[in-house]
Amino acid sequence: MSLTLTSSLAKTAGTEPVFHLENEQEHAEGGSTMLGFWIYLMSDCLIFAMLFAAYGVLGGNYAAGPAPKDLFDLQLVAVNTSMLLLSSITYGFAMLTMEKGRVAATQAWLAVTGLFGLAFIGIELYEFAHMIHEGATPQRSAFLSAFFTLVGTHGLHVTFGIIWLVTLMVQVWTRGLIAANRRRLMCLSMFWHFLDVIWIGVFTFVYLMGMLR
Amino acid sequence: MNAHEHASHAHGDIGAHGSLKSYLVGFALSVVLTAIPFWLVMTGAIDNKQATAIVIMAFAAVQIVVHMVFFLHMNTTSEGGWSILALIFTVVLVVIVLTGSLWVMYHLNVNMMPGLHDMRQMP
Repeated sequence: MSLTLTSSLAKTAGTEPVFHLENEQEHAEGGSTMLGFWIYLMSDCLIFAMLFAAYGVLGGNYAAGPAPKDLFDLQLVAVNTSMLLLSSITYGFAMLTMEKGRVAATQAWLAVTGLFGLAFIGIELYEFAHMIHEGATPQRSAFLSAFFTLVGTHGLHVTFGIIWLVTLMVQVWTRGLIAANRRRLMCLSMFWHFLDVIWIGVFTFVYLMGMLR
Repeated sequence: MNAHEHASHAHGDIGAHGSLKSYLVGFALSVVLTAIPFWLVMTGAIDNKQATAIVIMAFAAVQIVVHMVFFLHMNTTSEGGWSILALIFTVVLVVIVLTGSLWVMYHLNVNMMPGLHDMRQMP
């Protein structure tokens, strides 16, 4: 591509100067959305890195309070993990049916994904409520503050993912699988799978390593 | 409209280009890679706790790569290599943040431990 500015060409031609690159490439609408969203996810990843670092530093400061072994129920965490994993594969099926243009099947898989997401959030809230009921509140110790901030931020992301999912289901219902809706569904797909990647870090670093302490 | 759709796909979207087979392979791998660490910790199959920790961290690292490849369809060519570049940059930052924080705070804790320094030798 020539980098010659049109303005300099315009001057020699004696017309009004135009300040843009000549021969600028045509960009399809939303052509850079996926890369932009990917970069947002990477910055979100840095937020989680900070929270993981805080948990790593403070995770052993129990202030004579409960330790991970007293609080965590690994069977519940295993069920929770499988809910998120199943929601990942069902979202994958939604993407596959979307590429074939099958609206009803896409909606059905999105609904199943949303239900698995709700189950995940429900189990997590039950776990939190159980811990708080036993006196293990975020104020109890530095370990619990870091735990609730890290796991709670992930849960908040999943909650907003579900809200986004329902919004997109309404969009697909009213306008069908138009190009804009496909793009939005692909963004949510990346967001959803990204949250599953973060959860791998959470169950390994917080729950499994916590039980080993 | 068709030309536009074609153009946006030609760039190689990050979220697209999965097949049923790749999703199922990724799912099967991640189920195995999740189940083994849980089994190791719940049954205490390895006596040494430090060894167990290293093994489950290795499983987590492999599973993250599996998710990146099979679910997020990460490869070196999508978006002209920019997405993998952003990913590498992020991984470098995450490694610096995590190791730096843990390393510095560990030494801070060790050096601030009461009783470690003999006060009688102080002037």
